[in-house]
Amino acid sequence: MATEAPPVGRVEGLLNLLVRRPKSTKGILSWFTTVDHKRIGIMYGYTAFGFFILGGLEALLIRVQLARPAAPGQEVLSADLYNQLFTTHGITMIFLVVMPLGAAFFNYLLPLMIGARDVAFPRLNALSYWIFLFGGLFIYTSWIPFMGGAPDGGWFNYAPLTSQFSPGHRIDFYALGLQILGIASIVASVNFIVTIINMRAPGMTLMRMPVFVWMTLVVNFLLLFAMPVIAIALFQMSFDRLFGANFFNAAAGGDPVLWQHLFWVFGHPEVYILILPAMGIVSEVLPTFSRKPLFGYAAVIFSGIAIGFMGWGVWAHHMFAVGLGPAANAAFAISTMFIAVPTGVKIFNWLGTMWKGSLRLNTPMLFAIGFIAMFIIGGLSGVTHAVVPHDTQQTDTYYIVAHFHYVLFGGAIFGLFSGMYYWFPKLFGRIMNDRIGKVHFWMMMIGFNLTFGPFHILGLKGMPRRIYRYDAGYGWDFWNMVSSVGAFVIALSALVFMGNWAYSRRFGKKVSADPWDARTLEWTIPSPPPEYNFLEVPQVHARDDFWHRKYKEDKRGRPVPVPVGGSDEAHAEHSEDGHGIHLPSPSYFPLVAASGIPLMAYGAMFHWWWLMGIGAVIVLGGFYGWILEPATEEAH
Amino acid sequence: MRAVLRLWRHFSPRRGAVRATLISIFLVGLTAACNKDAPQNFLRPEGPIATGQHKLWNITFGIAVVIFFLVEGALVFATIKFRQRTSRDAPKQTHGNNKLEIGWTLAPAVLLALLAIPTVQGVFSLAEAPGKDALNVEVLAKQWWWQYTYEESGVVTANELHIPVGRTVYLALKSEDVIHSFWVPKLAGKQDVVPGRVNKLKIEAEKPGTYKGQCVEYCGLSHANMKLLVIAHEESEFQDWLEAQKEEAPQPSGGLAADGQKLFLEGACAGCHAVGGTAAQATLAPNLTHFASRTTFAGSMYENNEANLVKWLKDPPGRKPGSKMPDLNLSDDEIEALVAYLQSLK
Repeated sequence: MATEAPPVGRVEGLLNLLVRRPKSTKGILSWFTTVDHKRIGIMYGYTAFGFFILGGLEALLIRVQLARPAAPGQEVLSADLYNQLFTTHGITMIFLVVMPLGAAFFNYLLPLMIGARDVAFPRLNALSYWIFLFGGLFIYTSWIPFMGGAPDGGWFNYAPLTSQFSPGHRIDFYALGLQILGIASIVASVNFIVTIINMRAPGMTLMRMPVFVWMTLVVNFLLLFAMPVIAIALFQMSFDRLFGANFFNAAAGGDPVLWQHLFWVFGHPEVYILILPAMGIVSEVLPTFSRKPLFGYAAVIFSGIAIGFMGWGVWAHHMFAVGLGPAANAAFAISTMFIAVPTGVKIFNWLGTMWKGSLRLNTPMLFAIGFIAMFIIGGLSGVTHAVVPHDTQQTDTYYIVAHFHYVLFGGAIFGLFSGMYYWFPKLFGRIMNDRIGKVHFWMMMIGFNLTFGPFHILGLKGMPRRIYRYDAGYGWDFWNMVSSVGAFVIALSALVFMGNWAYSRRFGKKVSADPWDARTLEWTIPSPPPEYNFLEVPQVHARDDFWHRKYKEDKRGRPVPVPVGGSDEAHAEHSEDGHGIHLPSPSYFPLVAASGIPLMAYGAMFHWWWLMGIGAVIVLGGFYGWILEPATEEAH
Repeated sequence: MRAVLRLWRHFSPRRGAVRATLISIFLVGLTAACNKDAPQNFLRPEGPIATGQHKLWNITFGIAVVIFFLVEGALVFATIKFRQRTSRDAPKQTHGNNKLEIGWTLAPAVLLALLAIPTVQGVFSLAEAPGKDALNVEVLAKQWWWQYTYEESGVVTANELHIPVGRTVYLALKSEDVIHSFWVPKLAGKQDVVPGRVNKLKIEAEKPGTYKGQCVEYCGLSHANMKLLVIAHEESEFQDWLEAQKEEAPQPSGGLAADGQKLFLEGACAGCHAVGGTAAQATLAPNLTHFASRTTFAGSMYENNEANLVKWLKDPPGRKPGSKMPDLNLSDDEIEALVAYLQSLK
């Protein structure tokens, strides 16, 4: 058998002896070793959706608790449990749902949209997924009874409550868990940035890139610069807690406000990290379903970039009540007001895209329109926060909770659902049931507004955030009950979605490679795409290249079908099966390297230095194996 | 235009029931939003500082409502008007319009610049120190109650802040544990209380009355139970109250209350609490000198009455999660005596 084996170095040979390199690209085990961006994207998606269910259940418990006023001792959940629930709900939805759902879309679509066969660093891509998964699981192990409880300091985790007044390991789970997730984000951001800059198909100039790719680029630059800031803050937090440092201890010359600055210097760009992917999705869906190009392509992109830059100059608007002084408050009020301008530009351009179009109101389009409608509300309440003197009334009330749910649920989540319905046919070659999809949309729309609309009123009536109980007599009873009912409507709508997904996955109508008559490159290849994506790397001639292969414009600017299909699909059918294309081979090592990281975190938390050592050895061993292993196995 | 007509017809008298329902939902919502049983509703300010802040809200909210209807209206209109009729629709492929882009960049920018003017003015006027006749009070926020020290007279009390009407009260906010936030919505916006800093806040009431407030920065287990009251009096009544508070605590003349005092001074109570005119002078827990003159206790969580005090003394952490006051395993007789003493501290 090995008579004609290629020359193998001694170390490499030893390695091959120790671990046989995984070869299979089918079967359950192959998912653990895959470096295919599409499969990693799918894993990101399913994992994030799993956490979405957990975060949703936490939200339901919160709404059960707050449905009615409760005398002390008469609450459904204890104060202690409630505080853990609202904290993990926030951490889950931000770090384990919306961010990784964005990553799922980046992973799956980015190479397809720019005409590439994979991301720049496929094994690094697998590494970021596994680190993300282990980071999420690490945080959730805090719920195991003998671990002492889940984080209970809020997602913002303000010192010194968390640094000096929270014994036990709850906050360690927060600090170390987010640290792990941060590594995953930084690794992924480098990968995506390099992919976008270096891997575009010939002719895909920057100003021909789909808007989704542009927003991905902005998001990943934000990640690259924002995650190190929170990493430093989390290290300081961990040092205060584990080694008796005094970064945030005022009595010892530290400053608790330092945590707030660092947290929000990360935290505000983070808001745009959460919303820009959805804006990118909507910017793809609206043109396709309006049968018109995106209105003001350049304006939409530059406003996205502007948001990315301005997002670094508004963080202290989370701190208007801290007492930073009138000069700082005035400056941040002004910067906050003006970040509304590029956001408004985007909304107007989306309206311009729909204007005089031919709107097909399928489910993806409904979610995209729903996104705009809800985002307008969140954006307008956001401007009211910028009016500092009145923000001192609004801040830390449910009015704020209303605002960010309109932006992050009505915005980000609606946009992500739009994307799920839109690209489902590309993933599975079948289409999601549109009628059930519409039921899902309207239930979610109604449930969402029932749940979060009343938060505006509750906040204006002075209901503070993060309270585990309230007395009757504040005028909060009715709207809290409405909101709790609404939460269950949302939960039902999520069930409808899951049912539709499961049903359509098996029994959905089979469709062609381009069921929506879409505009971008991913629709030129078969559904589901072959492992190598493009048989031939496409040559790009225009923005919305695929559309221009299908349609010409007549004298009045109306699209006229090009008679003979210029699509690659037809081309692909006649061609060979891509046998000669070299793709990166599967590898154990990303999984191995990632698995050492949570061990190191447990070691640091419990002061078990031996466990930290074991974890470090595993990480290093994984990296060495990775370095010594060739990226692509020679075809023998 | 046809779409608008169709929408109108949709809600026309023939569909009276639908319209009536929608209108009544709106009205119920509106009245529920404005009812008087909302003691922390800051859309109904009751002092000049809160009113000043509220004026800015009125401007901003007015603009926001107009923009809301314009943009959402355009969105709904476009969705209905431009929906696909036939599958062969071929809309004109417009790519953009530079004049429009400049317009809808500049118009919001100008509008926001105008809004920024009163905002910045408001920020600076809120930060100005009040005149010399202001009442200075030091507020010490603790997990999970408030201590007030009247700087001119040295009076110390807890959770219920008495103030004169028509005079600015200048609070110096301090914390020795975690970050809290002092908020009485009817009187002023909130101000965080940060360890290592002294933050200032002006509040003022127009009319005598009781104003509710609470801590609004998450401060741990019983954050929800860290409430407060501001009780505003006419100036002369306020001076009477202040004089009464300067007095030492009344000495019980015998009976159950005297037993209670003995227990208080010899037992664990005096380790944390102070009662003016006695040996108990600790400052860890609320000063109880005139405890019986307060309407609430335990961070204004409970009404100050015999039944609540008995329950409280039996198991403080059970009555208020995380309470720093431990369960002292007091017998029923001891509790009865202590409650009698506490109720004698007028």
